[in-house]
Amino acid sequence: MLLQVTDLKKSFATEEGRLDVLRGVDLELAAGERLALTGESGCGKSTLLYLVGALEEFDGGDIRIEHQSLAGLSDRERAALRRDSIGIIFQQFNLIPSLTVANNLSFHARLAGREDVAWNEQLAQRLGLTEFLKAYPEQLSGGQQQRVAIGRTLAARPKLILADEPTGNLDEKTSEDVLNLMLELVAETGAGLLMVTHSPRMADRMDRQLVLTAGQVS
Amino acid sequence: MRLASVLRVLWSHWTYRPLQFFALLIGLSLATGLWTGVQAINTEARSSYAEASSTIISNALDYLERKDGTPIKPETYLALQKSGWRTSPLLEGQVQFGDGRSVRVVGIDPITMPREMAALTQPVQGEADQDGSGGLVGFLVPPFTVFVSPGLADLKLNVANIGDVVVSENLPEGTLLTDISLAAQILNKPGEISRLVLAADQKRTRVNLSEVAPQLQRIANTSGADMARLTDSFHLNLTAFGLLAFAVGLFIVQGTINLAFEQRRAMCRTLRVTGTSMTVLTIALLLELLLIALVAGTIGVLLGYFIAALLLPDVAATLRGLYGARVSGELDFHVGWWLSGLAIAVAGTFLAAFWSLTKLIRMPILAASRPRAWARMSARSTLARLAASGICFALALVLYGWGSGLVVAFTIVGAVLIGAALLLPDAMALIISLFEKLAVRPVSQWFWADTRQQLPGLSLALMALMLALAANIGVSTMVGSFRLTFEGWLDQRLASELYVRAADEQQAQQLRTWLAAHPDVDAVLPIWSVETRIDGEPGQVFGVADHRTYRDQWPMLDRSATAWSDVAAGKAILINEQLARRKGLRVGDPVTIDEASRQYKLPVGGIYSDYGNPHAQAMIHVDLLTQLYPEVPRRRHAIRVDPSKAADLSRQISAEFGLGGRSLVDQALIKQRSVEVFERTFTVTQALNVLTLSVAGFAIFTSLLTQSAMRLPQLAPVWALGLTRRELAGLELLRGILLAGLTMIMALPLGLMLAWLLLAVVNVEAFGWRLPMFVFARDWLMLGVYGLIATALAAAIPARRFSKTEPAELVKVFAHER
Repeated sequence: MLLQVTDLKKSFATEEGRLDVLRGVDLELAAGERLALTGESGCGKSTLLYLVGALEEFDGGDIRIEHQSLAGLSDRERAALRRDSIGIIFQQFNLIPSLTVANNLSFHARLAGREDVAWNEQLAQRLGLTEFLKAYPEQLSGGQQQRVAIGRTLAARPKLILADEPTGNLDEKTSEDVLNLMLELVAETGAGLLMVTHSPRMADRMDRQLVLTAGQVS
Repeated sequence: MRLASVLRVLWSHWTYRPLQFFALLIGLSLATGLWTGVQAINTEARSSYAEASSTIISNALDYLERKDGTPIKPETYLALQKSGWRTSPLLEGQVQFGDGRSVRVVGIDPITMPREMAALTQPVQGEADQDGSGGLVGFLVPPFTVFVSPGLADLKLNVANIGDVVVSENLPEGTLLTDISLAAQILNKPGEISRLVLAADQKRTRVNLSEVAPQLQRIANTSGADMARLTDSFHLNLTAFGLLAFAVGLFIVQGTINLAFEQRRAMCRTLRVTGTSMTVLTIALLLELLLIALVAGTIGVLLGYFIAALLLPDVAATLRGLYGARVSGELDFHVGWWLSGLAIAVAGTFLAAFWSLTKLIRMPILAASRPRAWARMSARSTLARLAASGICFALALVLYGWGSGLVVAFTIVGAVLIGAALLLPDAMALIISLFEKLAVRPVSQWFWADTRQQLPGLSLALMALMLALAANIGVSTMVGSFRLTFEGWLDQRLASELYVRAADEQQAQQLRTWLAAHPDVDAVLPIWSVETRIDGEPGQVFGVADHRTYRDQWPMLDRSATAWSDVAAGKAILINEQLARRKGLRVGDPVTIDEASRQYKLPVGGIYSDYGNPHAQAMIHVDLLTQLYPEVPRRRHAIRVDPSKAADLSRQISAEFGLGGRSLVDQALIKQRSVEVFERTFTVTQALNVLTLSVAGFAIFTSLLTQSAMRLPQLAPVWALGLTRRELAGLELLRGILLAGLTMIMALPLGLMLAWLLLAVVNVEAFGWRLPMFVFARDWLMLGVYGLIATALAAAIPARRFSKTEPAELVKVFAHER
């Protein structure tokens, strides 16, 4: 199993006391599988994604990626995991503004020591970015920026791809184009995809769907 | 009501970001403080000159003295009074008290003192009254009240007829002031008058001096009004430094204000959308700025007072050492510089905010918030900056080629500094781009690219740092070069082992005879001089003997091959550098010196360096001097003796002639005193230098700190891709050090250029001499190390803060629009 989440718990301190965001979430994802995570705003979808992405630490339960538990990992080990095994696509794209499109595309792969120039070129071509390689992110439209973000993730060939509302900032037509491309390329890499989305239409394109309600999978 | 509501909303930004508010407040306070401090020092010094101009002590009034330097007889004084001359007798002399201290005793006659001297007697009476000594009565009637300078407060006076001893701040150090009859008793000079002070308003009907007292000559005052002119260059120097410090402080203010305005764009947009007119918004912003400026200005003025109070004693010592100007070491609080401090704070704030305010006023009502837009460098602004920089350099070149005067010299310095500062961001961007191109690893590539992108936001602080570093390098190079030159010059100039001044002409004659017969004395060199006009300028002409001391040692800058032989033959004159530069004189040019009734013309045989003297000076052969000015005082001499026998000879002279204290000085003592004067001269400059550097360091610190909060969106994606917070914090620290390091490298040539301008342009205009430039690589290295340590400390705090940022905070970057 690529990803195993067992009885995952996470709470935050608020002025009113502790707020339990995740109350024992269980889920599994196999390599090459595509899973949609849906639910109302504030139900903990993004929190779950960030915990799986080793961005935050959880309070209880466990997360295993390729059987490696994330519990008790040091900051350095978590960073290594993000670098080597996980790719995250954010709603806000989160490209590196100071790097050109070409450097943004290859950045994660080079960081992980897995740069494949031919694959990068293929990605750029298929994502329609060839003519923008020397441009900076701020010179691109939202759709183009999200394509760069997807390309950056795929260029590193991660085993697990996490996508947080990847088309949430795009119009319908662009969303459709971007999603098609993403799914096509993810399928080619054989990575597992966990995607948080509000859109039932997007969720329908996945292999499986899970709904998160009040911090639990229903 | 609406205005108050808008103000409250605007103010909430500062309560939400208190750090930014304090950065703004401290930046403006520091800028105002340094400026006000300098202004306070200048005001205090100038008011001291005004006081000095009304005191006899500093020779502010014209006076009469005997041409031969001997005492004036009471009969001459009475004859002058009868002939319509308004004069007042003054007796002065040096006396050694029991504890070995040499004291200058000044005796005056308060009854006949000219009105202009009231400033001297009034405080004296006032102080005497406070002490219950009876004011004028205590001064005139035995036992006499004696006034001493603060350093003589513990003086033991074993003299009869002395009443109260009052310490007076108005007296020059080492001075005792009393009634002339007691002074005559202390000095053992009964019936003697050293000089007759002339009241400014003399009767038109008075008889000609040459008829009543042909043996007397009128000596024009040498200080007072002259003092202001002489010290102008020093004060301009201080003002320039104050302005530089103020400009460096304004860099902080502008950076913070720009950032705050950009961060409040969304707030302003909301205010506009909810019905606030642009007029009300603008008034509210202006009121807010005014309030901040007034608070910071008040803090700045207090800070300035503190700085001035700290520096004033050194300034006083400098002015005394350089020009003999008396400046009180204590500071009065003037409403004038309080107001000017507030005014400069307000003006500086509005100047710094002008660009941001204009942009905000022109902003369309629905313009999007772009928190980092202020930091972007557009190609257009780069071009504008390069053009402005070019104009500055061109202006400097034109002024160097065709301008003259001290203000022009400082304008050149200012233009070069501003031109270089404007060039800095683009020069650094270019260098960083080169590194970026050379980088191979992804992290280093990102590091350079990110550094380049961060540059605009830091450029103001880096400009401030470069200016402060360049000023530091420039000033320390100037001072170091001056020190080396000055010490070498002292060795040349003070070649004789002993310097002696006889009490009167008779004693001088005896001394010469005695020294001539002394087996240990190699030579007795006259140091005789007259005050006259040299090429139209007031100055001193010295008579020198033809001796190897001069031929071998005198610090000549330029000379003809036969200079000394020509001087010995009475066919040439040597002039000091100041006079040569002011008058554009070269070797061979004719120079006139005023004789009693005619002008005497001689060609320039050589030009010598004469540091520390602002006046014109010339040297001719001693025989020619005595021929032209037969009544020249002949009391001072230099003695050449085997250095090992100098101390013994000094003791013998002292025993034989009763000379000591300032009348008999050895070479080492003069050198020591000269070096002390020199060191203190630059204490203030060095202190301002350090303060300016501190302000620049603070600019870097506040810039890094205010930017650190905005750095999260740039750093979080890299963190998410697999770098640890610690690694990123390390890179942030490295970036700060690297930018400072690059700034230092660029500040070095600018600092050297500044040093050259100070030595070759400003010094020439201010003092009249040009100095050779020496380089002090070790000092630069130390400055570099200190600068890097300071920057590392400044960068360490935000870096550490980032390393401790909770992942939950970083994750927020991905979840919200920031």
